[in-house]
Amino acid sequence: MDLPTDPEVAARIDALDHHWNRYGLDSFGVSKEHLGTFFSLLGWLYRHYFRVTVHNIHRVPDKGRAMVVGNHSGGLPVDGGMVLTSLLLDHEPPRLAHGMVEKFAQRWPFVSTWFSRVGQFTGLPEHAVALLEDDRILMVFPEGARGTGKLYRDRYELVGFGTGFMRLALQTGSPIVPFAFVGGEEALPTKFHLKSIARRLGLPYIPVPGYLLPFPMPIACDIYYGEPLLFDGTGAEADRVIEGYVDRVKARIVELIDEGRVARRRRLGRVLPVEPQEDDFPGEVSQ
Amino acid sequence: MRILVTGISGTMGRLVALRLLEEGHEVIGIDRRPWPDAPREIDLCRADTRKRPAEDVFRLQRPEAVIHMATVTHWGASREERYRINLGGTRAVFDHCHSYGVKQAIFVGRHTVYGAAPDAPLYHSEEDPPMAVSTFPDLADLVAADLYAGSALWRFPQIQTAVLRIVYTLGPSGTGTLMRFLRGPNVPTVMGFDPLYQFIHEQDAARAIVEALRHGLRGIFNVAGPPPVPLSLLCKVTGRRAVPIPDLLYPLALGRFGLPGLPAGAISHLKHPIVVKANAFVEATGFAPELDEVQTMESFRWSGD
Repeated sequence: MDLPTDPEVAARIDALDHHWNRYGLDSFGVSKEHLGTFFSLLGWLYRHYFRVTVHNIHRVPDKGRAMVVGNHSGGLPVDGGMVLTSLLLDHEPPRLAHGMVEKFAQRWPFVSTWFSRVGQFTGLPEHAVALLEDDRILMVFPEGARGTGKLYRDRYELVGFGTGFMRLALQTGSPIVPFAFVGGEEALPTKFHLKSIARRLGLPYIPVPGYLLPFPMPIACDIYYGEPLLFDGTGAEADRVIEGYVDRVKARIVELIDEGRVARRRRLGRVLPVEPQEDDFPGEVSQ
Repeated sequence: MRILVTGISGTMGRLVALRLLEEGHEVIGIDRRPWPDAPREIDLCRADTRKRPAEDVFRLQRPEAVIHMATVTHWGASREERYRINLGGTRAVFDHCHSYGVKQAIFVGRHTVYGAAPDAPLYHSEEDPPMAVSTFPDLADLVAADLYAGSALWRFPQIQTAVLRIVYTLGPSGTGTLMRFLRGPNVPTVMGFDPLYQFIHEQDAARAIVEALRHGLRGIFNVAGPPPVPLSLLCKVTGRRAVPIPDLLYPLALGRFGLPGLPAGAISHLKHPIVVKANAFVEATGFAPELDEVQTMESFRWSGD
């Protein structure tokens, strides 16, 4: 497939500190060519569709392993794509991050190949450890599919955080960089889900917004990175200890979300402060 | 050292035997198949590992080490035959090792025991369970033989046993599971899937087996060569044409239109990768492949068939 590659994207990929074989593949089967196409598309969404503004991206380490951990939102995991793109296009030096994908993706033809070639692997602890031990960046949404499967009325409420990511971070000695993705919930304000069709297709859910089409609207988004948090431990601690650490990460993400939503309201000309339950997007149908 | 190689007439058996001779070992072999131009120093017994003449080799020659490679992997053999040779033969060899005071035994297995599935991880470690049968039931005999060989570690603790799970081999010989699949000019792939394939040059694989012997390894070890590459690239570099066939039609196309025949379960191995982590072996032996992935693929491409 020869889709045009954005020269800026190609230059950023060339600048990655990465070992490629002579066919432009790394040891995980990530391909420079596929990355070029993938990030050209995402880069367009990032710059022109969602017009993402990124804040404090320098807080993500320049080299070595790290886990970026944030809130999931907006029906489709476009937030993941935007975070990956921010690290490639707006971080100095560019960094390639790896997401942890739902299992169904590997069952589907073409989707399976594309996700594999651009380094977005099935969300398995083995993959997380292998990537972190190779000093790469792992992008984690501890809410999982429950996070993107939130309805608009529950927007920005963090649902149950898994604890697996914390054990993996401790086990591999990886710093955790919390982030907030703001705007995704307004881009695809999910009214309800098509559950039985989704089940038949092997999907976790199909989001249906007020305007019925399950595609996100071009809403400007923001990504706020927090300072890296390094926790002490081996990953073998009791659940109580791990949950305490997870709560600290979660609390920091909530702070970053609040910071982002306040800034957003200010930009949209709202009077401050506004109750968190209220609409913060003028074009949205009220509940 | 006096070393017995079972399955010595196969491609890997010959390569290992020649290397052992070169290193000054005394080599004896057991195989049902002939090896017409075998070096004269090699004492070759034409027998089945489960039969009495094979036991007599152990009894009379008293090898100090055994490298067990007598397994049937091609699909031409019936299931019964595969079980008899692969599992029954492995049992006989380990029993003889125990009875006749063999000090070191190496079972040469394969990395496909981990199996390929959409939810399987890349880079399997030796602790991962062998899941091959879940998607590819015809591999049951090989999985059983691998686990059975591993059980020698506790059943016969006096024998230094190593189970090697070696990735696919490529090389000028043109034999072996992967090369049989890539034999023709057209390679049937599954449309929309392009799994990573991990392989090692056959000479590097033979060297790895000899290294395992030299270091007296004990335990289960993955053995890998250069980093894996996607099947599409493997086809391209070896001068084959990948023919993508939709998943649902795939079983119908196999064995027809000049495409190789395969059991239905093999499709999982054409959709999903089997990639292993071999650092335990590297740490124990210092092994590094001499040929990289491109040289290895080209060595197969330019082998005349």
